[in-house]
Amino acid sequence: MKLYTSKAETAAASVVVVDDMILTKEMPTAAGSKMLEGYRSLFDAEMITRLHAAGYEIGGKAAVGEFAIDLVGETAYDGACVADGILRNAAAEIIKAGEAKAVVGLDVNGSVRRAAAQNGLISVKPTYGTVSRYGTVPVACSGETVSVMAKTAADCREILEAIAGHDDKDGTSLSEECCAQIKSGGSIAKPAKVAVITGCNLTPDAEAAAKLSAFGAMLEQNGISVTAVDAGVLTTASAAWNILMSAELCNNVSRYDGIKYGYRTENFENIDELYTNSRTEAFGVLLKTAILYGSDALSSENYMKVYDKALRIRRVIADAFAALFAQYDAVLMPACSKMVYTEADVQADRYISFAENCYTAPASITGLPVVVAGGVQMIGKAFAEPMLFAMAELYEKEGK
Amino acid sequence: MRYETVIGLEVHVELATESKIFCSCSAKFGAGPNEHVCPACCGMPGMLPVVNKRVVDLGMTAGMMLNCHINRTTTFDKKSYYYPDLPCAYQTTQWFAPVAVNGCVEIETSKGKKKVRIKQIHMEEDAGKLVHDIMPDTTHVDFNRTSVPLIEIVSQPDLSGAEEVIAYLERLHALLRFAKVSDCRWEQGSMRCDVNLSVRPEGSSELGVRTEMKNMNSLTAIARAIEYETARHIDALENGTEVLVQETRRWDDVKGKSYAMRNKETAGDYRYFPDPNVMPVVIDDAWYAAIEASLPELPEEKRARYISELGLSEYDAAQLTQSRALCDCFEDAVSVCGKAKDAANWINSEVMNILNARKMNFDMLHIDGKSLGALILLVADGKVGRANGKKVLAAMFDDTTIDPAVYAEENGLIVSHDTGMIDAVIKEAISSDPKAVADYKSGKEKAIMALFGKCMKQLKGNCDPQVLHTMLIDAIKATE
Repeated sequence: MKLYTSKAETAAASVVVVDDMILTKEMPTAAGSKMLEGYRSLFDAEMITRLHAAGYEIGGKAAVGEFAIDLVGETAYDGACVADGILRNAAAEIIKAGEAKAVVGLDVNGSVRRAAAQNGLISVKPTYGTVSRYGTVPVACSGETVSVMAKTAADCREILEAIAGHDDKDGTSLSEECCAQIKSGGSIAKPAKVAVITGCNLTPDAEAAAKLSAFGAMLEQNGISVTAVDAGVLTTASAAWNILMSAELCNNVSRYDGIKYGYRTENFENIDELYTNSRTEAFGVLLKTAILYGSDALSSENYMKVYDKALRIRRVIADAFAALFAQYDAVLMPACSKMVYTEADVQADRYISFAENCYTAPASITGLPVVVAGGVQMIGKAFAEPMLFAMAELYEKEGK
Repeated sequence: MRYETVIGLEVHVELATESKIFCSCSAKFGAGPNEHVCPACCGMPGMLPVVNKRVVDLGMTAGMMLNCHINRTTTFDKKSYYYPDLPCAYQTTQWFAPVAVNGCVEIETSKGKKKVRIKQIHMEEDAGKLVHDIMPDTTHVDFNRTSVPLIEIVSQPDLSGAEEVIAYLERLHALLRFAKVSDCRWEQGSMRCDVNLSVRPEGSSELGVRTEMKNMNSLTAIARAIEYETARHIDALENGTEVLVQETRRWDDVKGKSYAMRNKETAGDYRYFPDPNVMPVVIDDAWYAAIEASLPELPEEKRARYISELGLSEYDAAQLTQSRALCDCFEDAVSVCGKAKDAANWINSEVMNILNARKMNFDMLHIDGKSLGALILLVADGKVGRANGKKVLAAMFDDTTIDPAVYAEENGLIVSHDTGMIDAVIKEAISSDPKAVADYKSGKEKAIMALFGKCMKQLKGNCDPQVLHTMLIDAIKATE
């Protein structure tokens, strides 16, 4: 099992590992792709600078799937992280082994949340714009968010507070005033009413369903009312996110052309062959599929029918969440349809992550904050991180 | 059958900003290869675009100068295509909500005045440059120009031939330079143009098959290309020499012919979509008002005002309004000396002479107009002779920080009012040239000029000519 793409020798207690979507000067960043094998960034990601400033040491780079669009990292170009046929997530294994206080990674298509849920860990995907994306390998910029995974809610929050804040180098970064809201301090309103989403595209298996009901029961025992609400338009989020993510991905990875850096084929006679063969040889199947799918969505023939429609669905989903938050303080959802993925699952459907994301896409497409605890997702309105952490801590106190 | 030509232009203008559109690299022309690059403008992952506000300022300025409606929410979009000079394989441009739309420009030709409609002005980043001639079989790429900010000004197909096209381009050139939007240097590629041309039977309302000639960078080449392309289209329609197809062509100015470009170079679907990393730019009332207030008077408005308010001649006003730099210098000079006619004279003769002698164009004028005003006052008040004033001016070209009064003082260029000294010089001149004195007395009035010149030379020009003239006549009359 290859957990690290690079590992630093350190004995410090305040070690944080970042995943291989985060650019570092000291260590190479491949984003799980042969295309960027050995690529060394000229600059550190903003969160690296902030972690250093806060006194943390970077313990290494956790392996990710190619451009982080898969389930839990199984499409890494140099081999999936597998044990006994079960797909493992490198970041989660590193935390479970006690090798880092937390792993900071890029949540593009929900892999961080699925991994946290399946491994009994805590993760936070903060409100879009509260953590700078400067220095993250760009894939689906309109929704991907720097996220933190750790053993405890306290560790998760500690690292989030170290990396959150306005950054002039990211045009989508929110004001310092906005960012401050996700940090702790002051009194945290305890949620009174929570909605549990039912009727998602995929029906969770017994184990995943049990996690959700146990979490609901725990909340009710603490005097929080829990109401089942049908997913409704949230079921369109996966399809819409697949379109937006693929389109942005197709555009973002077009810079890897074999000309300037990264993988270059040896097999070319002219510029067209240089482009085509470099990309054909270096990209994996799932990525190529996303490139084709995204390219087609953006074609002048399909733009209005496909891409623009996905943008409008994004608005519809945001409205649906706004309506939910008018009545409820938070929304509970599964993070995955089952608590373990196997090699057989991916062999049976190589595009499985484009269906499993029916749970993670609603928050990806809207940029809403999510905390994973007890194997389920808690989604809040923008800047509701303190309340979501409070629920995670309730779970830590009562649920275990 | 008689035919008419229908032409629309896409004019690219590099904006006069210090830095690039999305990063802080210098946008200046002329550096060594890849000296003005950073991870952002050479397409490395992880850098995010942050819009240079100055680019939007200049985009708005251009829009207002061309009478456009300014979109108060303007957005950036990505345009995808593969080419080695485009490091991200996409160009960030404006497709859905360009900064300015629906404008017009008035042009004047031998057929009179005409309005040319502007469809839109959008802001975008330039591409890099491929260099083919360093090594055989190898192409190098220079990213200095990558992400240098541009505006593209798209006209409606309102132009009917080379004369109108040239008049339109000259007008754009004058307006954009007046507003300091761009230096508009054709020879450096900071102004270039794509010509869309079709031909149809006169009076027809349908457009013919359109061809596009890309990246034209000189007015003479544009005029020749339009003549050639028009003739080619008419020949095809009239004589069936070829079947016209909508295509992109390249103009070869040496051979005087246009050629179809390979289909591969031009075909393609650009897959435009909104750039999620650049938030919409919202132009609030304060920003709009600030740009509006910064707009310069148009050249013709200045010309009219110089004539009616400042009493300049048509000629002087026309000379000055050829360039914003001349106007700025003139207005600064007048603000100090209050003498518009003198200031116009100085600029249109002495300043022009020096510019010509130093092979500088109008826009390279760098002297401080306020210092020029001070110099004009010194001369007008008789403190410095006109000839010595020119010496001070030349010194001001060498060192723009010179204070004319201090410089004149330090270099002995101040007019002397010491009549005793003048008297002595006159006496010496008279005694050294008795023939001139005799000639003058016998009625040859011009003979005094030799004596006058001799005295002035002796006085190093530091003497009021009127005073010298009177004193000289008096002295001659006083001789035996």
